[in-house]
Amino acid sequence: MKLLSRKAMCNTHGQDSSYFLGWQEYENNPFDEVQNRNGIIQMGLAENQLSFDLLESWLANNPDVAGFKRDGNSIFRELALFQDYHGLPSFKKALVEFMAEIRGNRVTFDPSRIVLTAGATSANETLMFCLAEAGEAFLLPTPYYPGFDRDLKWRTGAEIVPIHCTSSNGFQITASALEEAYQEAEKRNLRVKGVLVTNPSNPLGTTMTRNELNLLIKFITAKNIHLISDEIYSGTVFKHSPRFVSVMEVLKDRDYDKTEVWNRVHIVYSLSKDLGLPGFRVGAIYSNDDMVVAAATKMSSFGLVSSQTQYLLSALLSDKKFTKNYISENQKRLGKRQRMLVMGLQKAGISWLESNNAGLFCWVDMRHLLHSNTFEEEMELWKKIVYDVGLNISPGSSCHCSEPGWFRVCFANMSEATLNLAMQRLTDFVAEYSTANGHKRLHHSSKNSKKTSLTLPDKWLIRRLNWIRKIQKWLSRHLNWIEKIQNGC
Amino acid sequence: MELSKNPQLLSNIATNERHGENSPYFDGWKAYEENPYHPIKNKDGVIQMGLSENQICFDLIEEWIKKNPKASICTSEGVDEFKNIAIFQDYHGLPEFRQALASFMGRVRGGRVRFDPDRIVMSGGATGANELIMFCLADPGDAFLVPSPYYPAFDRDMGWRTGVQILPVDCDSSNGFLITKAALEAAYEKAIEDNNKIKGLLLANPSNPLGTLLDRETLTSLVSFVNEKNIHLVCDEIYSATVFKSPSFTSISEIIEEMGSEICNRDLIHIVYSLSKDMGLPGFRVGIVYSYNDAVVSCGRKMSSFGLVSSQTQHLLASMLLDEEFVGNFLEESSRRLAKRHEMFMKGLEQAGITCLKSNAGLFVWMDLRWLLKEQTEEAEIVLWRVIINEVKLNVSPGSSFHCTEPGWFRVCFANMDYHTVEVALKRLHAFARQEKLAISSTRYLRNHKLQLSFSFERYDKSCVHVRTLFHRTRCPLTPQYFLDISVPMVRAASRT
Repeated sequence: MKLLSRKAMCNTHGQDSSYFLGWQEYENNPFDEVQNRNGIIQMGLAENQLSFDLLESWLANNPDVAGFKRDGNSIFRELALFQDYHGLPSFKKALVEFMAEIRGNRVTFDPSRIVLTAGATSANETLMFCLAEAGEAFLLPTPYYPGFDRDLKWRTGAEIVPIHCTSSNGFQITASALEEAYQEAEKRNLRVKGVLVTNPSNPLGTTMTRNELNLLIKFITAKNIHLISDEIYSGTVFKHSPRFVSVMEVLKDRDYDKTEVWNRVHIVYSLSKDLGLPGFRVGAIYSNDDMVVAAATKMSSFGLVSSQTQYLLSALLSDKKFTKNYISENQKRLGKRQRMLVMGLQKAGISWLESNNAGLFCWVDMRHLLHSNTFEEEMELWKKIVYDVGLNISPGSSCHCSEPGWFRVCFANMSEATLNLAMQRLTDFVAEYSTANGHKRLHHSSKNSKKTSLTLPDKWLIRRLNWIRKIQKWLSRHLNWIEKIQNGC
Repeated sequence: MELSKNPQLLSNIATNERHGENSPYFDGWKAYEENPYHPIKNKDGVIQMGLSENQICFDLIEEWIKKNPKASICTSEGVDEFKNIAIFQDYHGLPEFRQALASFMGRVRGGRVRFDPDRIVMSGGATGANELIMFCLADPGDAFLVPSPYYPAFDRDMGWRTGVQILPVDCDSSNGFLITKAALEAAYEKAIEDNNKIKGLLLANPSNPLGTLLDRETLTSLVSFVNEKNIHLVCDEIYSATVFKSPSFTSISEIIEEMGSEICNRDLIHIVYSLSKDMGLPGFRVGIVYSYNDAVVSCGRKMSSFGLVSSQTQHLLASMLLDEEFVGNFLEESSRRLAKRHEMFMKGLEQAGITCLKSNAGLFVWMDLRWLLKEQTEEAEIVLWRVIINEVKLNVSPGSSFHCTEPGWFRVCFANMDYHTVEVALKRLHAFARQEKLAISSTRYLRNHKLQLSFSFERYDKSCVHVRTLFHRTRCPLTPQYFLDISVPMVRAASRT
């Protein structure tokens, strides 16, 4: 009998994807402005590190929160014991008000319809457990966030069927693509339970148009299925034309709140991107349907938000002066940083998806650097960029993009100096690449090279190298132990 | 149209009852929430004795937090770390946090074993940990053996979303609810006969709801059992630091160290832990899976993404638990206070003529009220339980909600309230026991004297509830003559129902 479960033995967790392998390579050789200037710069992690000073200054002005106090009285005991899966009422209220504020108060949310979860990772999985199971599928427009494979499919048994979007129209969702995906699911004997979109999109960094939202609503109405709108980047919109439109806004404008479609639309949110607090594990599901809220609330027991964190954030988000300033300043800084990146791309002769108006990244077009229009070539290019250029960017294939040559490049998780350096490296790389003749292999002359004269490592070799490093660590721990014994400890 | 009218739009998991929240265990909590006791504002409210919380040592933790402002990322002393902690979402967890947990777990076991920080996998409380380990070890339809009585929420934690079945191994009072090899073998054989695929055995040690420990011999035989059958052993040790009296706690980790890897296949052994009970911090959601199986650690770690511990909390607790002086003092003081509380509670129960299973751990006692059951059935137990909630105004947890096969046992928590509330609870229990004894002897008197009454004297139906209520209010003795007088209010009331 097999000792472990099928889930433990399979690789549906998706961690063998290049998306995660690139992170591992970064971890083995991380860039440091002082200590490791030749290291790999992490541009594959969508983190928002631009506005911590605003949070830190708020903390300095609000010492009560730090000491588990409210109005000078200790509430430590109350917080330590608080494990109610309904969540801290003051936190839920502050959270829905924050969500409304991000949407310019054009929509409001009911705190009793919010379910708190341990990050958007847990929110997406929990919603999937509520809405789908093995033999059923959700349709997702490509390209999509690589972590969805794990979050939506791994433990739930549900499937993802892609809605293919292409650069011909800026990767927007079309009615025909939706229909094709639906047919594809039927061919695979999968019952379609819904569509999941990310708005603003990861990895595209664009907000959905009203037209797309209307299309989606029409589609889910006709098929009698769900729509999940993952809006975790809603606060990162740095260009407001077009402005961010939440699906809730469209439903409200079109008076859908009186219809049964209203109950089939759910939002996922998190503070990991907008506030830059991924470590705090704050995610949320918002649903108009009572049964979904009830089921998801029970399931949230498996991943509640720490009461200590709920308390801190309820105080932070209840401070309206702070939230107003934060939202606007954060967006300004993101806009500035994105402009720096695209200037660098321009200089390097690289184009990008110009509708980029949100997110912590840019969807970059390197198709012209491919020797041939294939995913194998995309992988070869990616390896060069990781190992030779020293930039961990995310290849489009890891995001299930149907067109080779696109890469997601993050810009908000490093200092300006590091971003400039990254752009310089990229410019140098493209210059060398372009001066090489036609389709000949690039000469490895960059000073950031890993000094290998062998063929570039592939996934298998990366895993074997990691395994060797683990053995080295184990040996060193045991050698220490042996030494201690010899020394009579 | 709400989805409730079109349930096929939701998954089976969302619409089935395997979350177990319709169990009486949770009903009692609802009764408490609707009418919570307060020493000043609501003296007649329901006292919560169904929630196994440790509220005894908060002062020690609060004092530590005041003295260590650097441990918080929100204070001026600690805010330098804010950014690093806020972005830290690595599912390996903060190294110092794992170090601190490993060290704490070792201290709780008297330093008799060392834990490897690299085997610690975080999860959303023990709730998340139990589910996670099931996802790693078992497929939908597979089964785990669990000795009963067991914690009600295991049904949800282990089986709801995982599809794993729980097969109870019934233990009863004939031997103090001990798990015997014979019972285990019988349960295993029966499960196989019924075409179940047994993937493992889950134990809670110390036991919830019994408050007892598994001794060395039992643990050793259980390890042999799982090795023989090549199935997993998951030991939920979340009450390990609530042991307040001898015999001392023996962890499964000690047993497998002693047995050695030639006899015991370590790939089968896993521990679930949490800080919710030992430290009284359920709100912080700190759960752990500790596995001796590398593949489980690796897979578990990936799954822990669904329930990581907030980095703010990891940071605070890492500092706290690495403070060896604090930990030593905390463990000693916690044990002393729990012992004192337990002793007070047991004395009170003794005075009320109520006995309990002899225990030396946990935050509760396993109370024997079999003598109060009209008949030895689950239905009678539930009827009694409703009386205790609605009349005595104590939320205690009926044994049937713990899958106890012997009716009449109740779990009663004593560490989740202050001293004064314990006294009030004991007074109520005392009054209830006295009244019930009186009712029993009255029944016997009536039966022995073959007296007929004009209305049924079914003890626990509605009319009797009225009678009892009126008895409390009027303090009239329940004499047969009194019952025959129709002008008496309680007879009028009884004949109305």
